[in-house]
Amino acid sequence: MATPKELRYSEEHEWVKTEGDKLRIGITDFAQSELGDIVFVELPSVGDEVTADEPFGSVESVKTVSELYAPVSGKVVEVNEELDDSPEFVNESPYEKAWMIVVEPSDASQVDSLMSAEEYDEMTKED
Amino acid sequence: MSELKRTPLFDVYKEYGAKTIDFGGWELPVQFTSIKEEHEAVRTKAGLFDVSHMGEIRVEGEDALSFLQQMLTNDLSNLQPNQAIYTVMCNEKGGTIDDLIVYMLADQDYLLVVNAGNTDKDFEWLKRHQSGRVQVSNVSEEWAQLAIQGPLAESILQELSKETDLSEIKFFKFHPRVKLGNVYALVSRTGYTGEDGFEIYVESKEAPALWKAILDAGKEEGLLPCGLGARDTLRFEAGLPLYGQELTEDISPLEAGLGFAVKLKKDSFIGAEALRAQKEKGVPRKLIGLEMIDRGIPRHGYPVFADGKEIGQVTTGTQSPTLKKSIGLALVEAAFAVPGQELVVEIRGKQLAAKAVKSPFYKRSK
Repeated sequence: MATPKELRYSEEHEWVKTEGDKLRIGITDFAQSELGDIVFVELPSVGDEVTADEPFGSVESVKTVSELYAPVSGKVVEVNEELDDSPEFVNESPYEKAWMIVVEPSDASQVDSLMSAEEYDEMTKED
Repeated sequence: MSELKRTPLFDVYKEYGAKTIDFGGWELPVQFTSIKEEHEAVRTKAGLFDVSHMGEIRVEGEDALSFLQQMLTNDLSNLQPNQAIYTVMCNEKGGTIDDLIVYMLADQDYLLVVNAGNTDKDFEWLKRHQSGRVQVSNVSEEWAQLAIQGPLAESILQELSKETDLSEIKFFKFHPRVKLGNVYALVSRTGYTGEDGFEIYVESKEAPALWKAILDAGKEEGLLPCGLGARDTLRFEAGLPLYGQELTEDISPLEAGLGFAVKLKKDSFIGAEALRAQKEKGVPRKLIGLEMIDRGIPRHGYPVFADGKEIGQVTTGTQSPTLKKSIGLALVEAAFAVPGQELVVEIRGKQLAAKAVKSPFYKRSK
């Protein structure tokens, strides 16, 4: 299972990538592998506010629906609309093609409380 | 929580990378590689399923036929040895206790193959109504069941069968003793996927060797081990009901579109009066297909609306791997069960547009 070192991770299996003052968010390789074939992704719209630890959208596999939990609070400034037609990107390329939203965080220091790749690997190993 | 039950194949399919889940108290594989891949293999090549969790109940004795005629909705009077029939078992209200396949092994000797989660309930129901010279026994532990399904199922299984020509086993017929490699099995041309294929009944201890032999035989043709996930999407596309979703003790076989398995003209059976009344007055609810117009996936239990009022619920729904569409089955008030009817499905608080369509969604071309 891939866990890129440069990203930060939430307990709900989202990754966060810092890009200047913005944060790009998606779900981890571990999460997509647990969920199986993703067939549907529901995301917020540009301009929506997301709140840390609350749902901002959902992903559906053939069998189940799973909520996506925002790792940080902030305003959505970009949404990956390609996932509407190509939800399989989540399985194929969770860290690249399947980024989900870009957020302008209300407080940039929120990222510091997220896990490192090592900590995330440790957590998922115990699952 | 009590420990999950395992089939005789548990240790073997773990080797094949099975991801297991709790399915009605059984630890069963939901997938091996991917539900979509396994689904695709069954539609275009072949897939092998472990369905050993299914229950088997044997009914024998001089009065076995008259007893079963009383218990089941279909008419077994013309059934011959080595033939199978799909039927429903109802309660007095016409609700569905279970749907099952009856195999006629010999005169006065029948094997009922029932849903895993209903085995104990069915057995007790049969025992409670037992009358005449009949012996009812739960033989589920003795049997393992494999299903090989898909257009290449016959040619793959034929490689293991040197003595029996499998093409001679027609739909809903079986051969009681086919030698597959070194193992003897009951082989029937039945299934739960909408494809051609066989269900194979063997003694539990023979199952692991047979599983491996079949997978080896089909390796080059693209045979894949398949889990319950694909089994569910396959049966759903083919419009085959799943007990607990399309069928419950509150849903009659007529409402679920199983009228072909309900013979009201035969001598009376449990539930016949209620079903006759439903037929005369018209069923209150009907199972329909629905297709989403707005983006969203209907799921079991989601409410369905028409003309501004709730008219029923989704029984099964998913993104169809074969049709690449978001579709569902729903049990709705009969007046709205018309193809083209505009519907609304409430998906996690959102009212999304859908329309009624014909089911089954998929029929194999032949």
